[in-house]
Amino acid sequence: MPEHRIILKDADVPNIQDIEVYIANGGYRAAEKALKTMTPDEVIKEVQDSGLAGRGGAWFPTGTKWSFMPKEPKVPSYLCVNADESEPGTFKDRQLIEKNPHQLVEGTIIAAYAIRARAAYIYVRGEMAEGMRGIDRALAQAYARGYVGKNLFGKGYDLDIYTHPGAGAYICGEETGLMQSLEGKRAEPRVKPPFPAQRGIFGCPTTVNNVQTLSYVPHIIDNGAAWFKGIGNPKYPGTFIFCVSGHVRNPGLFEMELGAATMRQLIYEYAGGIRDGRELKAVIPGGASTLPMKPDQIDIVMSPDQFLLPGRGPFKGMFGTGGIIVIDETTCVVDMLLNLMQFFAHESCGQCTPCREGAPWVRDVVRRIEHGQGRPGDIDLLLNVADNVAGLLSPRYSTICLFGPAFSYPTQGTILAFREEFEEHIRQGRCPIQKDKGIR
Amino acid sequence: MSVQFSSEARKEFDELLTHYPYKEPALLPVLHLAQREFGHLSLEVLKYVADLLELPPARVAGVATFYPMYHFKPVGKYLLHVCATLSCALLGAEGVAGYLQEKLGVKVGETTPDGRFTILKVECVASCGTAPVLMLNETLIHHITKAKLDDILADPEAYVTKKKT
Repeated sequence: MPEHRIILKDADVPNIQDIEVYIANGGYRAAEKALKTMTPDEVIKEVQDSGLAGRGGAWFPTGTKWSFMPKEPKVPSYLCVNADESEPGTFKDRQLIEKNPHQLVEGTIIAAYAIRARAAYIYVRGEMAEGMRGIDRALAQAYARGYVGKNLFGKGYDLDIYTHPGAGAYICGEETGLMQSLEGKRAEPRVKPPFPAQRGIFGCPTTVNNVQTLSYVPHIIDNGAAWFKGIGNPKYPGTFIFCVSGHVRNPGLFEMELGAATMRQLIYEYAGGIRDGRELKAVIPGGASTLPMKPDQIDIVMSPDQFLLPGRGPFKGMFGTGGIIVIDETTCVVDMLLNLMQFFAHESCGQCTPCREGAPWVRDVVRRIEHGQGRPGDIDLLLNVADNVAGLLSPRYSTICLFGPAFSYPTQGTILAFREEFEEHIRQGRCPIQKDKGIR
Repeated sequence: MSVQFSSEARKEFDELLTHYPYKEPALLPVLHLAQREFGHLSLEVLKYVADLLELPPARVAGVATFYPMYHFKPVGKYLLHVCATLSCALLGAEGVAGYLQEKLGVKVGETTPDGRFTILKVECVASCGTAPVLMLNETLIHHITKAKLDDILADPEAYVTKKKT
């Protein structure tokens, strides 16, 4: 099945970053329709009926999330846009922001109107300074036209939209960490409840949506809920952007209906197969926090309902963010896990002991195995540490946020799938793989 | 006080304060602004920011040190951020860092004696499809090769100003 582009459709239209060009391509029609002809509740209903679910990984129904916000706010309500994309292997928000910032601004206007927000903050990760400047330019144009600011579309609704820069911390992608960071604090996630809709930024009701989710909103308002609901998988309607990277010939973004392709097709047809004619060894299906899969598992249809989360039935792995990292036979999986654990050890916010201590411990034990100093019992030690942070087969975890599971699941998953390779490292006292990871 | 924003930075600071219902939430953008103005966040700068935002200096330091993008020691004019996370690592990130270290004669985290270049390793910058990547100051440069690194080191300004990509 070919790609089905909705939110990437206009990405390559020349100068779509300019408001004139964006409008000429149908832009801001949906915002005008929503604000002029619909009440906030009608917008929420439309998005609920469309079946749009959060693309950040949790797949929570977007319209339902919006419906938790106060209908008659006594204090200001806020919208936060999560543009802190930083899950390794995921690179779609950068494209959505840099290529088509007005689409995000328009989605933000409609969402803010629906939840009756006084202001919206687009939290952009610090490493996307250029993208943030692009959003700022788009916002300045939208303000000048009266699409943002006072009395939007002459309907008496006031909305300010601001960008807010992050400063390099992965944990700001976690919604409560993001809110802490937006308040000028260390991004240490908060205990839920209270949920953001009850008590979010500045102590006020807040909705957090991510960039990809909001990018669909103008299209849903423009074309109607039934149109979106009818696309692809009825359980997970609409499209999704897969990001394929690693050892493939044609890495890139592929916007597809959910369920339209298998992992095999994504790797071998869309991304052109493994580079240099090599063999596939492993694939990470949805960002660094998901479980690596082996070549005999890649006929799975790429849709969240095919991947069941721990504790919700037969365990088949995790769907994640769409960040597919393809790994060929010249890669050592212990080295791969070491790379990921260096990432997680660096990015743990340090608030909860199991995570602050566990992630560096896992990194250090994996490192000594990779460097030929592994000891008998190290593999079970790793499984034990990881299981104490978050067990793969049970829904319990011992940390405030999902960062604990994010590093302990792939640790367990990599060992479960490739245990013999870990054992071989310990037996031989060295890494047995002929690696090819030099610069070209 | 010897540390002070230029009038232009002061204007930007005043504008930032209007984005939030109180001063503290402006801390991250103000730290970015201060780093741009003063090169790095010395203790003096942190105290200055604390005064401006009416926060305890220890609070400001505690927040600033949480975030990897702030520098507390002088850094070079050109920051070479080498992405070291998996997709880039699979396609040569270690080689990128190694080649830069060899060419510049300094290690990751260090600055060349002439104050031009600092090599930094960073975690995933969300451009895995064009790995390996390097961020030169705020400019992302894709598909890094040895030849491209030679060119970047010879004429970094052309990349910062986007004459080359």
